[in-house]
Amino acid sequence: MADLTADTGSTADRLAEARRQTEGAARHRRWQLLAPALITIGIFGLFPLTITLLYSFLSPGTYGGITWEFSTNAYVQFLFERDIFDDTLQFSSTYLSIYGRSIGLAFGATVGALIIGFPTAYFIASKPLEQRNLWLFLITVPFWVNLLVRTYAILLIIRDEGMINLSLMGLGITDKPIGMLYTDYAVFAGLIYSYLPFMVLPLYASMEKLDFRLVEAAYDLYASRFQVLRHVIIPMAKPGIVAGCILVFIPGLGAYITPELLGGGKELMIGNLIALQFSGSRNWPFGSAAALILMVVVMVSLIVYVRYSGKEGNGHG
Amino acid sequence: MAQQAQTAATASGSADNVMVHAGRVTKTFGQGAGKITALDAVSVDIRKNEFFTLLGPSGCGKTTLLRLIAGFDLPDAGQILLDGQEIGHLPPYKRPVNTVFQSYALFPHMSVARNIGFGLEMQGRPKAEVKEAIDRMLALVQMEHLADRRTDQLSGGQQQRVALARALAPRPKVLLLDEPLSALDLKLRKEMQIELKRLQGETGITFVFVTHDQEEALTMSDRIAVMQSGAILQVGAPKEIYNNPARRFVADFIGDINILDADLCDNGAHVILPSGTKIGATLSEGAAREGRISVAIRPENMGLTTPDAPGAALKGRVTNIVYFGAGHNVHVALDGGGEVLVRRAQTDAQIGAEVGLTVPDTVQVLVD
Repeated sequence: MADLTADTGSTADRLAEARRQTEGAARHRRWQLLAPALITIGIFGLFPLTITLLYSFLSPGTYGGITWEFSTNAYVQFLFERDIFDDTLQFSSTYLSIYGRSIGLAFGATVGALIIGFPTAYFIASKPLEQRNLWLFLITVPFWVNLLVRTYAILLIIRDEGMINLSLMGLGITDKPIGMLYTDYAVFAGLIYSYLPFMVLPLYASMEKLDFRLVEAAYDLYASRFQVLRHVIIPMAKPGIVAGCILVFIPGLGAYITPELLGGGKELMIGNLIALQFSGSRNWPFGSAAALILMVVVMVSLIVYVRYSGKEGNGHG
Repeated sequence: MAQQAQTAATASGSADNVMVHAGRVTKTFGQGAGKITALDAVSVDIRKNEFFTLLGPSGCGKTTLLRLIAGFDLPDAGQILLDGQEIGHLPPYKRPVNTVFQSYALFPHMSVARNIGFGLEMQGRPKAEVKEAIDRMLALVQMEHLADRRTDQLSGGQQQRVALARALAPRPKVLLLDEPLSALDLKLRKEMQIELKRLQGETGITFVFVTHDQEEALTMSDRIAVMQSGAILQVGAPKEIYNNPARRFVADFIGDINILDADLCDNGAHVILPSGTKIGATLSEGAAREGRISVAIRPENMGLTTPDAPGAALKGRVTNIVYFGAGHNVHVALDGGGEVLVRRAQTDAQIGAEVGLTVPDTVQVLVD
């Protein structure tokens, strides 16, 4: 009996040793497999970000580019205006208001996309399995056409001589065109249109998993249609709502084509402001600083948002 | 409405005592060639404070009938009265009826306590009342210590209790149970059977229980309705259903049974078995009074004896003996063809031995 125990002990030791070796080899192999991805992220992700950070602390060159001279002017410029004559700094809200406008538009577009996307996703999720793929296909079809072309298409529809205005005037409802193009509403509608699929797809993914027996159970327990929506469907679809809102808000905040074409460049959004620094204004450091500030704004709002929605979820659970 | 209730009252005899009345309820699913009649003009009265079971194989319409009472589906024809009120076309949230689902359908994003309080909360009851009801229900199902748990952290049996408490908390007039024990293992199922019976007694609520498990039905029910192909074949107390099955299907479905050919004689008072033995007959209402019929005898009501004993109504040869713990199943091939099962606590029969079989004094005549 004692021999037997000793024997099993040594077998177990050898087994553990062999397992350690196998695990070590596996870890080594894992790094080798990860290497291509890590190198790609390093070159195309971290390296450009480092350059951006570096440039934002340098001085602009006269004809674009940068001169190697340390300066925090780019960040100062964001909040203050330098008096041409006596060099004193005066607070200026020009750029802040551009950020505010962008955040407002992106937020509005996110809410709009959620209001349109939620029933759409629910509609698709409640279809029989064979039909769902067709509906999802239809949702993704616009993706196949270049965003620029699609935005021009909207432009053609809503401009003064566009389809809507011509029809309205033809029917005698109005006698002169309604100015829709180059307004905030046009940008707002364009953003919703561009990013709606990013809202619908994650919402669908979470609603597809929704157990409709839970909806029945809620009906059985005296919940009206609205109460079922509020207390069962929305909480269950929450991961999709969070993901969809992030996916619409972030690209919406940095949108370039939509405000450029539909907003007419009159009122800038962040994307246009940054683009301008690298072209017309020839102020690369300020462009870099604006981009980094946008990144920080996005990250902070994301952390706040995720933490808030996470807390909400815990409250229910 | 009042007149309908009146009609129902007349039909059932004692309206005061009826909680749920289904009158010629028909429900079909699908269209054209794929059309399925799930319920075909089914009528039944479920009494107040009764443990009523709908028993039948899958696809017999028992769950459909339950869903019609709950309001998840609406009947194509016929009426459903709850405590004298027509409810057939009300949505589920307007019926004072709650359901315990086969899958439990607990809300995974809520705690045990919130699940239990959900119904009352949706009714807009004051917070204090909801809180008090949750505590009472937790005590009733002995789950006080788990009030704040998430439902996916519970075992199957605990989820079952929460589902029960959630459905009972709003004090429904009728509690519907859709095969709630089928996901539990045998030992837990037996415990829950007793538990359910206790809860029904303590709350005084009418329970309508759906199952395909005949043993479960016999154990718990005050009355059982046996269903097949969208129709109710027989309604009765467990003993009545077991001992006097009116239909061949009912006899076959519940427990083991021997079905033998026989001829009616004496205007239905007696039957003559193929061996020539004459015994008393129990006829169900409306059955034929003469001709070739089938009779049903339970295995435990048959006895083994010697082939030439005076009581031996049938003769045969033992083909197999199966021990199952509480007794033996003795399989006997009859001399005239066919096989019967005899259940005895003790037996000294040997495989291959010639035996005689005793039968009860009266037997149940089956209608096909």
